Amino acid sequence: MKKPKIKSIPYDEFKDNETFEKLVAELNAKGTNVIVRKLDELIDWGRSNSLWPLTFATSCCGIEFMAVCAARYDIARFGFEVTRNSPRQADVILVSGTITTKMAPVLKRLYDQMADPKYVVAIGGCSISGGPFRKSYHVVQGVDQIIPVDVYVPGCPPRPESFLYGMMQLQRKVKVENFFGTTNRKQKDPYRKSMEEKNEELYNEEEQA
Amino acid sequence: MTDIQDQTPAAGAQNQPQAAANAGKPAAPAAAAVKPAAKAQPEAPAQPAENQIEPRFVEPSALHAEMKRLRDEEKMDFLECLTGLDWQEEGLGVVYNLESTATGRRAYLKTATTDRENPLLPSVSDLWDIANIYEREVYDFYGIKFTGHPDMRRIYLREDWVGYPFRKDDDPLKENPLRMTNEPLADVTETLTLNADGTVTRGENRIFGDGDYVVNIGPQHPSTHGVLHFRVSLDGERIRKIDPVLGYIHRGIEKMNESLTYPQTLALTDRLDYLGAMQNRHALCMCIEKAMGLEVSDRVQVIRTIMDELQRIDSHILYFSCLCQDLGATTAFLYGFRDREKILDIFEETCGGRLILNYNTIGGVMADIHPNFQKRVKEFIPYMRKNLQEYHDIFTGNVIFQNRSKGVGVLTKEQCISFGCTGGTGRAAGWHNDVRKRMPYAAYDKVKFNEITRTEGDSFARYMVRMDEILESLNIIEQLIDNIPEGPFQAKTKPIIKVPAGTYYSAVEGSRGEFGVFLESKGDKSPYRLHYRATGLPLVAAMDTACRNSLIADLITIGGTLDYVVPDIDR
Ligand code: SF4
Repeated sequence: MKKPKIKSIPYDEFKDNETFEKLVAELNAKGTNVIVRKLDELIDWGRSNSLWPLTFATSCCGIEFMAVCAARYDIARFGFEVTRNSPRQADVILVSGTITTKMAPVLKRLYDQMADPKYVVAIGGCSISGGPFRKSYHVVQGVDQIIPVDVYVPGCPPRPESFLYGMMQLQRKVKVENFFGTTNRKQKDPYRKSMEEKNEELYNEEEQA
Repeated sequence: MTDIQDQTPAAGAQNQPQAAANAGKPAAPAAAAVKPAAKAQPEAPAQPAENQIEPRFVEPSALHAEMKRLRDEEKMDFLECLTGLDWQEEGLGVVYNLESTATGRRAYLKTATTDRENPLLPSVSDLWDIANIYEREVYDFYGIKFTGHPDMRRIYLREDWVGYPFRKDDDPLKENPLRMTNEPLADVTETLTLNADGTVTRGENRIFGDGDYVVNIGPQHPSTHGVLHFRVSLDGERIRKIDPVLGYIHRGIEKMNESLTYPQTLALTDRLDYLGAMQNRHALCMCIEKAMGLEVSDRVQVIRTIMDELQRIDSHILYFSCLCQDLGATTAFLYGFRDREKILDIFEETCGGRLILNYNTIGGVMADIHPNFQKRVKEFIPYMRKNLQEYHDIFTGNVIFQNRSKGVGVLTKEQCISFGCTGGTGRAAGWHNDVRKRMPYAAYDKVKFNEITRTEGDSFARYMVRMDEILESLNIIEQLIDNIPEGPFQAKTKPIIKVPAGTYYSAVEGSRGEFGVFLESKGDKSPYRLHYRATGLPLVAAMDTACRNSLIADLITIGGTLDYVVPDIDR
């Protein structure tokens, strides 16, 4: 497994390369299967260049997100332009804007509705830590309290360039993943019940009635 | 250019006792303001600040009759602002700003109750439609219950929230952990009726019945322009009723202000309605400056005016883009954003920011204009005029758009006034409500411009008003851009800014209506109460009326043309 390569920026110009090197070393620790890795690379190349974001914006940062989607900054160059209105079709949620305590359960639910593998990018001071509203009684102090975050993009609002940089960091992350056996692993659905359990419940209900 | 005139904690306070006296009420809240006056220098000029208001105290029992008289006899048909307050010992109360749209006369009233356990005040929601939602806000923040109000529910906070966060003695964080359960949404609400003998009867009011077919639109929906939640009851495809659920982006800005110093409070205004960042901040700066008697130079006034107008164009272009996007015209969206970037470039050169600009300060602006500023703006004016024609070519004439907007979502002039829908929405129905004309500020009295109005009041008229306003804004900028007077860009202020005790109200014409700042000061370095008249709240309140019996698909067009920005509604 090698370093993740992004066409538009040389590897050394990225910040936070240590984290990546650590991640790569960890993944390589047990050795890699050449064939599976080659397949992984192919799939990850495709995945990283077609990350579909969910149209989700609560406030100011969302307007900058719209600007990034528009002609000048043109997010389509990176394959992110397919914004989805339904979480079920999206790969990545860009949390752009303040998350209030009333919104928190809704955000969690949106995240739960997304299909795996899924990513979260926290855009702007507000979603990283509460930002200018950290002292408020109604603002969540960082979305990482509710959902796991992959990339943080600081700023208030971040400049479009930082948006793109953050998204490229996400691409790098996607590129080093082991798709087979790790990322596409089937998770156990915590809500799913086996037939016996369901029968038991019905039985109990009937008994009570 | 003057420094702070050494005016005056006394200035306003001396007038207030009269207000209290004529109400004949010993516990009148105004009386508290007298205290600082005693220590003020006697030579201080005793005229109140330009934007000072002295609300007249009315007993709660007499309030409704008095309000009815004002509305019917003095034609005070516009309830501009309704602010809840916690005067501590003097009780919990409300300040009303009224205006007559016919004569332009204004009136300020206040009322209060000392009962903190079970505060009751009479509702005026039967006189002005907008009072319904304003009073719910006061209930949410202060726990004041309004008798005669049809729907005493919280509006921003969750229904299971404990306590009333804006009360001075409430600690909102103590009993309100982050709740990750789904929020409860009641279908039945409480109404209170005050009987003649002073007892209160509880009644029930059903928002949605069992047979209603209710669809949730939002909070996560691409065309509600943010996290807004409508509960819509449908009859086939027709809308029967809309119940807006707000507060998904309620950031408690007004409460935070009470613990910030004045220069710090400025930072949050940009984040309210981020498409009116300049104007919002302008309003707050102006309110504080006038209250302190601080004079700003002509240069600043002109710069602020130009910036406000650029911001308005920016906002209207975004309005166009988003409306097109919502109706499926993606190309038009890109056109709009292309032109918007030009304005952002101009902003960026001078202010350093693209969206959140932090430009106005108390007494001036953060930095002088960039040497390129005039050149860039002058290039922009003809460019925009040309491109506006393009907008009309690509979108306005489109048959689908015309069919979906003409005659749809009509708000009449009376409804607009009763709901307080200022800005383009009110002007599309023929209500002349432009603050720039009603109460000129900055350099607006020096320029010639037309107030764009139409009479239809439908979605199409609202759209056209905005498009024509872009042209008007360009005209204003054109008149000013070559005549920016010389002078300092920042007046000297004391290191710690204190506003003399009193109550103040200032308003500017924001991108989508009247943006008002209500400031109550006790003479400290942070405000006692700072309330913003949100431009978007009346628009959302009017959604129910505007959408009744329209098709569900038209909800998107109507919402789009009303042009609200959600963080400004929720504050
Ligand atoms: S980080 Fe700044 S720009 Fe972004 S949502 Fe928060 S306040 Fe707005």
